Amino acid sequence: MTRFFALLALLMAAPVAAQNGLPSSPYAHQQLDDPVQEEKARSLMEELRCLKCQSQSIADSDAPMAGDMRSQVRERIAAGATPEEVRSWLIERYGDWVTYNPPVNAVTGPLWIAPIVLLILAIWLARGRFRRRKNSRKDAS
Amino acid sequence: MNRWLLWVPLVLFGIFFAVVAAGLIRPKDNIIESKMIGKPIPEFSLPAAIEQRPALTRADLATGKPQLLNIFASWCVPCIAEAPQLLELERAGVQINGIASRDTPEDIANFLNRWGNPYVRIGTDVRSIVQLELGSSGVPETFVIDGNGVIVHQHVGDIRKEDVAELLEILEKAG
Repeated sequence: MTRFFALLALLMAAPVAAQNGLPSSPYAHQQLDDPVQEEKARSLMEELRCLKCQSQSIADSDAPMAGDMRSQVRERIAAGATPEEVRSWLIERYGDWVTYNPPVNAVTGPLWIAPIVLLILAIWLARGRFRRRKNSRKDAS
Repeated sequence: MNRWLLWVPLVLFGIFFAVVAAGLIRPKDNIIESKMIGKPIPEFSLPAAIEQRPALTRADLATGKPQLLNIFASWCVPCIAEAPQLLELERAGVQINGIASRDTPEDIANFLNRWGNPYVRIGTDVRSIVQLELGSSGVPETFVIDGNGVIVHQHVGDIRKEDVAELLEILEKAG
């Protein structure tokens, strides 16, 4: 009896309706035929931020808009655009925010320079300390 | 060693604490502003979304008179919330152009029958192409466009009652 109901339930089950009944963009879930171009598109897609799900890249996201963006990236690269051109096309519209690999400028510069400055400072501090200890050891003996 | 040097770590910790606390207290801001504000609308041409309204191209948005461009979808709940405000803007004599995002003609027609149709033209953007061109990241979003087809303002999210006066003012200024 249970089996009959389970079977009945299976028969009646319909796939959960997607966000809308539209087919997705042509290259949202399909790779480019040329593996070199696909590789370029893929590495760019991993560096582009999804606008809907803001902590994912468009390569990782299942949002319909991320699919549309993937398709745009692949189509533009298939049409001969370089990944840099596609990236700047998006930056022009959404700002540096849209890329996980932001250009170095006055705002992002400190992020790159600060670790180097801190490292130099640490080495300098450590050197002073070690030297002092050596001296004090000599004094003791 | 100078005595005041002893206080440096504490001061540094204080600064660190203040920065972290400020980041925690400040409310999260997920709004992505389009970088296209102040720039002319890119060239585009969208087919008509429903039979009753004409299609939408760039040329329709540079007619010498400021207009609104509203991106909506039948599957978007905040779009229902802003429907009365759009009708109010239409009654105030504002030309509202619609872009239906990732939608089917039947769903758009049902949505407009149910919640009202304030649009003079509706283009259908099934693949988010124009949305990406405009630097828009979701629905609903509303752009104020001046007579020359330049984007002067972007409103992200649904238009609430209190936003209507502000939009009318911006439209007035853009004229």
